[in-house]
Amino acid sequence: MFEGLQDGLGSALKTLRGKGKLSESNMRDGLKLVEKSLLEADVSFEVVRTFMSRVTEQAVGEKVLKSLNPDEQVVGIVHQALIDLMGPVDHSLHLKGKDEVTVLMMCGLQGSGKTTTCGKLGRMLKESGRKPLLVAADLQRPAAIDQLHVLGEQLGIDVYSDRTNKDPVKVCNAALKEAKKLGVDVVILDTAGRLHVDDELMGQLTNIDRQCGPDQALLVVDGMTGQDAVNSAKAFNQALELDGVVMTKLDGDARGGAALSVKQVTGVPIKFIGTGEHLDALEEFHPDRMAGRILGQGDILSLVEKA
Amino acid sequence: MGIFDKFKRGLAKTKSVLKTDVRDLFKSEGRLIDDGFLDEMRALLFKTDMGYDSVEEIVAEVAKNFRGRVVTLEDVVATWKDKLSELMAQDASPISFAQNGPTVIMVAGVNGAGKTTSIAKLSKMFVDEGRKVVLGAGDTFRAAAVEQLTIWSDRLGVDIVKEPQGTHPATVAYKAVERAVETSADVCIVDTAGRLQTQKNLMAELTKIQQSIRKLIPAAPHEVLLVLDATTGQNGISQAGKFTEAVDCTGIVLAKLDGTAKGGVVVAIRQQVGLPVKYIGVGEQPEDLALFKPAEFVDALFAEVGVEPAAE
Ligand SMILES: Nc1nc2c(ncn2[C@@H]2O[C@H](COP(=O)(O)OP(=O)(O)OP(=O)(O)O)[C@@H](O)[C@H]2O)c(=O)[nH]1
Ligand SMILES: Nc1nc2c(ncn2[C@@H]2O[C@H](COP(=O)(O)OP(=O)(O)OP(=O)(O)O)[C@@H](O)[C@H]2O)c(=O)[nH]1
Ligand SMILES: [Mg+2]
Ligand SMILES: [Mg+2]
Repeated sequence: MFEGLQDGLGSALKTLRGKGKLSESNMRDGLKLVEKSLLEADVSFEVVRTFMSRVTEQAVGEKVLKSLNPDEQVVGIVHQALIDLMGPVDHSLHLKGKDEVTVLMMCGLQGSGKTTTCGKLGRMLKESGRKPLLVAADLQRPAAIDQLHVLGEQLGIDVYSDRTNKDPVKVCNAALKEAKKLGVDVVILDTAGRLHVDDELMGQLTNIDRQCGPDQALLVVDGMTGQDAVNSAKAFNQALELDGVVMTKLDGDARGGAALSVKQVTGVPIKFIGTGEHLDALEEFHPDRMAGRILGQGDILSLVEKA
Repeated sequence: MGIFDKFKRGLAKTKSVLKTDVRDLFKSEGRLIDDGFLDEMRALLFKTDMGYDSVEEIVAEVAKNFRGRVVTLEDVVATWKDKLSELMAQDASPISFAQNGPTVIMVAGVNGAGKTTSIAKLSKMFVDEGRKVVLGAGDTFRAAAVEQLTIWSDRLGVDIVKEPQGTHPATVAYKAVERAVETSADVCIVDTAGRLQTQKNLMAELTKIQQSIRKLIPAAPHEVLLVLDATTGQNGISQAGKFTEAVDCTGIVLAKLDGTAKGGVVVAIRQQVGLPVKYIGVGEQPEDLALFKPAEFVDALFAEVGVEPAAE
């Protein structure tokens, strides 16, 4: 699929050889191909535009370094700019001391991976010596409560649920009280999936936020999301003031351009990525690896070596 | 509420987003079609996720027809519609039922796309048509997946075949089809666990499920529906391609089209893989399903820009 890019960029970059300085015209073909690659990776169109003009501006006039090929240099500039956009890294969940309760809240569109990520974070926290509690605040999706209980059982982590209650705000409040009794130090709220244009459900999320005051509101984004990622991320950020993003399902072949879009439009750091259905498949987010993935850099770097 | 209304209701938000963007493109009456215009138009089309090639084709068509001329919004939108209709051309494609015996439908797709909910929706449609339905709880992997489908079967009053977590899904599928035959059911729908198309062993498992269904009914499954999340970007092409390699997909159910995502990747899929879209999902309830009609899909995308006949 990216052979076109490789061939095109390869020859475009070759023509740069021996030229003294990078200019808009001698980079045009190469940059055009980088642009296409970003779009094919699902980076938002507007973000691509801003990014490309910034990179071009930055690169023009730069001397082609003697020690490097000009092609390596262009790729390097693009790569670095992507890293800068997605950074700085902040993997911390900013947990309070163990004598206090830190509240994490997961939110996102339907099916993005919230419940699974609750389990993964619970596992990670437990391994680091914390005592987490998972809270079933999705009272909507059939068997959502059961799903969380199964995960809790697998992990040996307590799960709070109340099948008679229809109000997620009340369930969360009750869970916080329960947390004190149980002596847990981290509470993870699993909320129902919702569309960012569903005013009623977004309002409900804001209510949970106001009443329970989560220390960290985390947006769970499907790594396969296309151009619409900017719209939903913006809306969730407006409703909640997000503290972090978890991007899931990156164990497949999705290029994950939404990572760039979401970071760019919200400014919220991506903290973790999900790389599988199993509960240990959670990794810290690394902008450099993500940049390489979005760029199809395995391909580009290998052609740089060949060129 | 008729199917057309439901389709439109589901796409209402989609429309309004595009509507403002399109209007912005034409601030006054007419506009000169130059590079600047084409570029703004490109931006707008890209937001639908229809993909690089489809966008460039439409842009090229508009450039060919109108470059250097001052034209109205209507002219340009008509060209978009024509081109998109051409790209999306497919026959109306409802479920094709078995001549005799149960019609077996297998549902597949990546994690969280909307498979299980789409099965609930299809079941409701069949029940409303007076058909007898049996469900096979073939997702024996994900936590509480069986419980989820069981809740739907209870709510809809349809039969369900389930086995303990960890049972091979091919066994569940076989038993479900067997039950459908024994009880003279009209339709048997088999749920499968979500899987990413790059997971070779899991894709092979899907092939096995299909094979085990064929042991009982060689012509089955009569439909293999790939459920695609409408928010999916260009990865949808890889999904369609690789699922089609593993099983004989007959069509797509485009779920979650009630958000602001436009599901445009199906345009690229239609081009590159050729799978037709059969149904769209426009909500979380069993009634939130509509038959996909390409002309209406295209119309609905541009309906509010004032070139659409007001009557329905
Ligand atoms: N391959 C893969 N699958 C994942 C990942 N994270 C979650 N999933 C799967 O995605 C599907 C949806 O995950 P859930 O955790 O149920 O998603 P959710 O956001 O809670 O869904 P709703 O509550 O219905 O909105 C399940 O099949 C999960 O196993 C991941 O990182 N990789
Ligand atoms: N808004 C909206 N939500 C939907 C639609 N279809 C499904 N959902 C929601 O999306 C989430 C995932 O749906 P499921 O049917 O469980 O998806 P799945 O593909 O079976 O998921 P796995 O089995 O975990 O791979 C649930 O919260 C559903 O309620 C739709 O058309 N619109
Ligand atoms: Mg959930
Ligand atoms: Mg399912």
